[in-house]
Amino acid sequence: MSSADLSQEQREFGEYARGWLAENAPPPPPERLPITPIEVMTVGQRDYLQAWQRKCYDAGLVGADYPKAYGGHGHTGFQRIANQEMNRAGVPFLINIVGLSMAAPTILQHGTEEQRRKFIPGCLSGDEIWCQGFSEPGAGSDLANQRTSAVPDGEDWIINGHKVWTSLGHFATWMILVTRTSKDHKYDGLTYFLCPIAGQPGVTVRPLVKITGETGFNEVFFEDVRIPDAYRLDEVGKGWAVAMTTLLAERGASEGAGSGGGGGESAIRDLIELARGTWRDGVLAADDPVTRDAIMQRAIVAEGMRQNAKRARVPALCDHPMRLPLQQKLTGSEFQQNNARLGVEIAGAHSTLYKLDPSAPQAGHWPLAYLNSYGNTIAAGTNEIQRNILGERVLGLPKTK
Amino acid sequence: MTTTKTAPRDFGFGEDEAMLQEMARKMLGERLPMDKLRTLVAAAPEPIYDRGERAPWDKELWSEIVELGWTGLAVGEAEGGSDVSLAGIAGIVEEIGRHALPSPLIATLMASLVLRAAGGAVAGALLKRIAGGATASLAITNGRGSWDPEHAPLIASGEADELVLHGGARFVQDAFKADFLIASARLGDTLVLCAVETAADGLRLETDHIHDLTRDQASVHFNGVRVGASSVVTYEGAVVLQAVWPSLLVLVSADLCGASERLLQTTVDYAKERVQFDRPIGFFQAVKHPLVDAMVEIDRARSLLYHAAAEVDVASGKAEIAARMAKSAASDAAAFISDRAIQLHGGIGFTWEYGLHIFFKRNMHNQSLFGDGVHHRKKLADLLIGPISTSPNLARDPAAN
Ligand SMILES: Cc1cc2nc3c(=O)[nH]c(=O)nc-3n(C[C@H](O)[C@H](O)[C@H](O)COP(=O)(O)OP(=O)(O)OC[C@H]3O[C@@H](n4cnc5c(N)ncnc54)[C@H](O)[C@@H]3O)c2cc1C
Repeated sequence: MSSADLSQEQREFGEYARGWLAENAPPPPPERLPITPIEVMTVGQRDYLQAWQRKCYDAGLVGADYPKAYGGHGHTGFQRIANQEMNRAGVPFLINIVGLSMAAPTILQHGTEEQRRKFIPGCLSGDEIWCQGFSEPGAGSDLANQRTSAVPDGEDWIINGHKVWTSLGHFATWMILVTRTSKDHKYDGLTYFLCPIAGQPGVTVRPLVKITGETGFNEVFFEDVRIPDAYRLDEVGKGWAVAMTTLLAERGASEGAGSGGGGGESAIRDLIELARGTWRDGVLAADDPVTRDAIMQRAIVAEGMRQNAKRARVPALCDHPMRLPLQQKLTGSEFQQNNARLGVEIAGAHSTLYKLDPSAPQAGHWPLAYLNSYGNTIAAGTNEIQRNILGERVLGLPKTK
Repeated sequence: MTTTKTAPRDFGFGEDEAMLQEMARKMLGERLPMDKLRTLVAAAPEPIYDRGERAPWDKELWSEIVELGWTGLAVGEAEGGSDVSLAGIAGIVEEIGRHALPSPLIATLMASLVLRAAGGAVAGALLKRIAGGATASLAITNGRGSWDPEHAPLIASGEADELVLHGGARFVQDAFKADFLIASARLGDTLVLCAVETAADGLRLETDHIHDLTRDQASVHFNGVRVGASSVVTYEGAVVLQAVWPSLLVLVSADLCGASERLLQTTVDYAKERVQFDRPIGFFQAVKHPLVDAMVEIDRARSLLYHAAAEVDVASGKAEIAARMAKSAASDAAAFISDRAIQLHGGIGFTWEYGLHIFFKRNMHNQSLFGDGVHHRKKLADLLIGPISTSPNLARDPAAN
């Protein structure tokens, strides 16, 4: 921890977090964990990860900056420290990614006092797992092209439609849901709901199988699902603005409520280790100049991302306030993809081996990481859409659409 | 662990440094706008390319710069300089690059950094001259493609009170604008750094016929140049150059970052104005997305640049890795935006008259100066992975462990 960066309180909190994590690192999982929360497949993984998030929450490492009234710990500037320490400690990630980095910040900004008190605590503790019901078969990059309908019926709303690519939908008790309430306006005809999922009559969750052969995301069908008006977030017709809050939070423009584990700090170390343990044309890959160059390219990007995060907080070195924050999703997902691709390349013929093959290096990590990396270059606004956003909002180029 | 010095969270780029940069940007923006630069260095190609003349530079503007005290930026207060941090100097050099200023400033700053690192009375006296407006350059490179400071271009012979220098120094930057050179010479087992007046007997400057229109470069021939004790800067030349190397890389990286951002903004502006197929060309993603990619690369280089400057300023011991990363990233970012800038301007970008080539060539020159991306990644690999084992043996067999 770079002590010069921080206030006395932050430093003390950092020490506390470090100590707590050292003492409370969880036992090895009962079964192998995936790389990111959106790949959690089994009940065993879920139970283990949910218990871990709860423990971190109780220790003050999650929801650190949220007000106490909403289940937070009431600090300022602590979450960033906690995230860093969780990353550094190499502990498991926090499973409730949608709850933490999308639902909670959106509810905090757009919710009524009652909604904040009811919903945010479960997001932070992980007791309620959330999923995101934005994408539909006809609404991907063109998110406003929503068809799922919400029709008022007395004090309630009746939902009908079809959501796809719903990560964690199989474990979620709640969904942040965008619906169409008017066909007259594309953007102003949308309304945002907080919708119960598990055990809700009319809701069917069906797993979808990814390119890896694993499950992880789902499609969700709504057939005359009835929910009370109290679950509507912000006004009728304001759904697009609310969804933008969610997307901004999701794309890393905010510190979030907590995000632990799975960080890129060890990525370069892992590649170097792999190269030291792999033969290539009669020498170790770590002695092959081309491989060395490729690993150093990755190391430079890794350090560049760390220093970008630092420079983003120095206004005198930022021409445009959103220039660096809006790059995070793009650079982060491509960083991981390129690392994984390089790992596959270094492992060479060994990367043909699936994780269950006993001689697969790093238990088959590299090819699976590579396959899975497309999840992040597609999800949360594809990287092509990210490039549109950067070109338009930061460079001021004419809008594509 | 806690004893290592850490760079401040703003890279040491505070209000003073920001003010200096702002002032430099304003001054150079007024004194060297595009049309002026074009008239100054690119009035016609024949004198420079056909007849091998040196590119002109604005001596009046240079006296203003001396008056502002910029030659003394890297000189301590005891010697009459302003002792600005490397982060602060990087800010000014970014502006030099952004305006492609032809001047002996960067060469002189480099010489002052070497003299400061050397310390002692001889260096002190030379630094006083520089603070007073004298100009200098480094003659430390041989012609065999090595940037290793150990590979000195000259041989020294003689006794401590008078050395005699023989040999040829290559790629001496702005030598024809320099009052004296800091030359490195092999003397038995040691590397000696000497100050030699460019007008000294036995010394001949030969103009290199170069592409870049914003500097001169020379091959410097030493035919028995005599150097008295009062001009021997240090006998610890290898240690001094090794120590100061990161600072030199920071200066070139800053120049590259400034010029690259200028090319990016110039191309963005053009993409907003130029209409084809009834739309500004920046609407098309084949134009928009590469500009975003260039921005991402420039931002990475710039963050690494200030990181490296800050590591030098706090003497953290991590400066070499940081600076090599910065130079690698800056060289590659510059190559990319230079390429896209010309291409995305179409035919007009390919013309002499339009002037993009001024920045293209300055970048091309700086990309290789003090080592390109490949060179620095090779050095980084030695530091981060370890040296290449040239004799693979069974002890290194990963399966043997
Ligand atoms: C692993 C994973 C998890 C996901 N989890 C969720 C979730 O939990 N909840 C949820 O709601 N959604 C989720 N998504 C959906 C995700 O947000 C969408 O897949 C994404 O927005 C792209 O939409 P699409 O798949 O319909 O592709 P399309 O929009 O059809 O895009 C197809 C291709 O066209 C390109 N393209 C489209 N429009 C443009 C344009 N204007 N300019 C340039 N290129 C363009 C795209 O970049 C892409 O390459 C997930 C996706 C994945 C892969």
